[in-house]
Parts: sequence; C-alpha cells; structure tokens
Amino acid sequence: MVAQLTSGERQLALVVLIALALVGLAMGVVGRADPIGVHGLIVLVLSVGLTFLVLSSLYAPEPSAERLSQYYDDPSKVGIILAIVWGIIGMAMGVWVAALLAWPDLTFDAGWASFGRLRPVHTSGVIFGFGGNALIATSFHVLQRTSRARLAGQFSPWFVLLGYNLFCIIAAAGYFMGVTQSKEYAEPEWYADIWLVIVWVTYFLLYIRTLARRKEPHIYVANWYYMAFILVVAVLHIVNNLAVPVSLGHAKSYSAFSGVQDAMTQWWYGHNAVAFFLTAGFLGMMYYYLPKRAGRPIFSYRLSIISFWGITFMYMWAGSHHLHYTALPEWVQTLGMTFSLVLLVPSWASAGNALATLNGAWHKVRDDATLRFMMAAAVFYGLATFEGSFLAIRQVNSLSHYTDWTVGHVHAGALGWVALITFGSIYSVVPWLWKRERMYSAALVEVHFWLAIAGTVVYVFAMWNSGIIQGLMWRTYNESGTLTYSFIDSVVAMHPYYIARAFGGLLFLLGILVCAYNIWMTIRMAPAVQPTSTADLPEPRQIPVSPAPAE
Amino acid sequence: MSLDHETLVAFSKSWGLFYLIALAIGVVIYALWPANLSKFHVAKQSILDEDDKPWT
Repeated sequence: MVAQLTSGERQLALVVLIALALVGLAMGVVGRADPIGVHGLIVLVLSVGLTFLVLSSLYAPEPSAERLSQYYDDPSKVGIILAIVWGIIGMAMGVWVAALLAWPDLTFDAGWASFGRLRPVHTSGVIFGFGGNALIATSFHVLQRTSRARLAGQFSPWFVLLGYNLFCIIAAAGYFMGVTQSKEYAEPEWYADIWLVIVWVTYFLLYIRTLARRKEPHIYVANWYYMAFILVVAVLHIVNNLAVPVSLGHAKSYSAFSGVQDAMTQWWYGHNAVAFFLTAGFLGMMYYYLPKRAGRPIFSYRLSIISFWGITFMYMWAGSHHLHYTALPEWVQTLGMTFSLVLLVPSWASAGNALATLNGAWHKVRDDATLRFMMAAAVFYGLATFEGSFLAIRQVNSLSHYTDWTVGHVHAGALGWVALITFGSIYSVVPWLWKRERMYSAALVEVHFWLAIAGTVVYVFAMWNSGIIQGLMWRTYNESGTLTYSFIDSVVAMHPYYIARAFGGLLFLLGILVCAYNIWMTIRMAPAVQPTSTADLPEPRQIPVSPAPAE
Repeated sequence: MSLDHETLVAFSKSWGLFYLIALAIGVVIYALWPANLSKFHVAKQSILDEDDKPWT
C-alpha cells in the first residue's frame, strides 16, 4: 500500500511520522510521572512502527499513472476492517459492563476493570471506533462515486484514517488508566483533543478539495449529510473541550466552563454528537447505499433536502432537554423540549423517505438480508426519534430521567439505527471495494440479521421494563408521605432485566463476529471478474447523459 | 455595548428568529422551485449508474 504513494507522498509521510515520534518522545519524557507519559510511549511506538513500514517501500518504483483513472479505495478498505475490529472490541466491552451490572464481582478487584473505566471504553469503542471508522471509510467511497472524482491526494486520506485511530487508541488506553475529563462522549484529555482537531480539519479540507474537483455538477444529498457531520463535529469538539491543562507534562485539565454553563455546553455537545455523529453521517450512508442496493432512486429528493436543513437547524437547540429539573433556567429547558418535539418532523421525513424508496421493491427486502438491514435501520430510526421527542417532554422526563429507559432509548438508536445501517452499508460496499461478485455467504448475512434484530429487541424491551419500574419505584409514596422503596430495593428489582440486557448484547456481539468472518472469507475469495456481472466493475467509458463536464 | 444576558436574549429573539425563518422559507423555495425538479431527478438517478471510474 505504501508503494501506491508517490515518492513525494512517502517523504511527507516520513516527515510527519518522525515529527509525531518526537512529540511522543517529548510526552514520555516530560510526563514520565503521569499517565501522559504512557500515552507518549504509545505514540512513539506506533509512529516508529509506521516509519519502518514507510521506509520498507521508500525506494519502490513510482506508482503508474493509470491509478489516476481509478478511485482511491485503499483507505476505505482499511477503514472498514478497522471499524469491524473496533466494533468487536467495543461490543465485547458492552457485554462486559452489562454483565458487571448483573454480577458486580466481574471487576476481579482490578482498578482498570471497574465499571467507571470500562464503560467509556465501550461507548468510545462503538461510537468512535466502530461508527467513526465506518463513517470515514464510507464517506471516502461515497464522495468519490458521487463526485465522479478521485480523492484529492493519497497522503491525507491515510493521515485522517490512521490519525483518527491513534486518537481512539489514546482514548481507550487513557480510560483504563483513569484519565478522563468526565464529560460524556468527550472523555479524552486536552492533548488527545488537540490531536483530533488537527486530524478533523484535515478531513474537512480533504472533503472540500475533492468536492472542488468534482465532475458531476450537482452535489448529491449524501455528501451534504457527510459534510454536516464533519463540520459540526469540529465545532462541537473544539468548543466543548476548551480547557486549561495543569501543566504540559500532566494529563489533567480544567474546563473553561463552570457550573451550569459547563453542563449546558456539555449537553449542547452531547446531544449534537448524537445528531451529527450518530445521525447526519449515517443518514449520508443511508441516502447512498439504500437506493444503490435497492436499485431504485430515493423516493423524494426534494424531501431529502428539506429534512436535511430541518435536522441541521433543529438539532442544534435540543441539547438542553438533558437538563430538565436542574439549575438551568427553565426557559432554556423549554426551548430544548420544544425543538426536540419539532425535530420529529424532519426525522420522520428521512425515515419515511427511506421506506417509500423501498415501496415496490419489497420482494428484494424479503430476499436480500443486506437491504433488510437498511430497511430495519430506517424503522428503528423512526422509532428512536419518536421516543426521543417523547422523552424530551419535561413531564415524561420526570419519570424517565436517570433510569434505564434512557439507556434503552440510546440503544434503540445505536443498535437499531446506527449499527444496522452500518452493517447494511458494509455488506453492500465490501464486494464493491474488493471487486467480488457478492459476499462469501448470503446465509451468514441472514444469520447476522436475525442475531442483530433479536439482540436489539431483547435489549430494548429489558431496558423499557427496567427503566419504567425504576422510575415508578423512585416516585411511589406511602400514606405517611415518605418513599415506599429504598434505592437498593430498585437495584434488586433490576437484576433480572440486567441479565436479559447482557444476553441481548451478547446476541448482538455474536452477530458482528459472524460479520467479521464473512468479510474475511469474502476478501479471501477469488476476484470474480466475469463478463456476466457488471455490478461496480469498470465499464468502457460512456458519454454521460447529464450536463457534460467541460474538461 | 456590553455583551450581557439581556443583549444576547434581545439579539436571539429578533435577528435569531428572523434568520431561522428566512432560512426555512429559502430552503422550501429552493426545494420546491419547479425548474430545480429536473436537476434533482438527474441527481437521484445518477448514483445508480454502474460506471465505477472517475470522469475525465
């Protein structure tokens, strides 16, 4: 893969890697008495390892000019594999933390294995490791196809992909050592945050530069969603992570915000991370891979534009619904609640648009588990957004807040929507990227589909039951006006649901293991370049019917 | 002009409201403008092409 880079790009890679190794060395030396020193060591080891990889092909012959007449898919291939690896790690951690709640002894008396440290490894592992890598990999694939242009440069895609994974590794390693900002989904400390800004700005510039060289005049709607994802995540990440470190050799930092302002900034970030990381980017996937797989154009392009702007502008205001009945001014809570309710309109417009696209192709949904993954994802998207608007109502929130209902809601979205649309997209894109006729086994895709659906349903129903029982127990009073149940009574009542939840998660984990095996065997299959199959194989150049590009 | 709470509330209740509504109207006009329909139609059909090479 290094041989695909031009000699100039190889030299640039070498310079960047050596600079990074020096930064790692400096972190290790200055922070030797602190977890930042361990992080420095990780940076040093990884960048020296990659330096040797680049050196091994530094003097390989220049890649042929023929590459410029092809799309650049190597980073997408590696990104898909990394997504699956992170998915397995993150979901296995999820099963472990779920089991910890049912059987607390599973920490084995180790500090690193306590619930508070394992949980962010699970959340970051699945959201950033699995979801983020899948988003980066598919965004490169979709961007090139819809722009009819090759990625701008070959170095920056690798910088974005590998730099992002370095961030994920630093994050997870830090959690085990107890390094955290204590901000949900923004746990990594200041130096990891600065690194992510550099990586993310490069990602945005790469996207813009590739769009600038597009041959297709119209920017397809999937790109709008991917761009909203990249741009808004940058804004959210920078603002929420404004902090002052104790010293350059110290991992700990203090937020620039305090008290309720800190809470509001955090949940403005936290809810928009759901909106723009876990929704906008994955809607980008949906708007490309679902029509492509179904072989039918999206039902209404107009509706996709209106719902794009609706989601973009409405989500920004919804974060304060996380802070009902707190010190936050009541009008801000009401604002968040109102926008959360209005948000249902563009959300259901997207879900409906996806399902209406499939209307007339239901026989394909029946026969093709890959398309069925995407159909089920759209259904869960509709369910989860309805539930979200409902839970944002202050009076409903008084029952649901701090209970497992919230956890169930998050997983209806994360398993039912995000993971299912990702698996559908991955099963579509893997044969296209590796130029195989199909996945190794359609039966295994079917097995995965039912494991994923069963796992999600078991999980969500367990948490609905658990959450509503918890909420009711916490607000039940006896005749003398005191609480009927102690807190520990509600904990005991949760036990069977926690076992059910861990079982649901286990089913979902088994599903991704089946998926990993299927992808592995697909890659090992002989490339099927048969004249009968024209799906995604290079065809003789045809004059496009649409407005012809000038050059 | 000091940037206090009252100033920000006044700004968001006037200009903030105006630009959000103006933007919403603008988006709906753009999406429903009859001349754009053929462009949208080409856009949604074009991703279904089997052509898998960059255009030159």
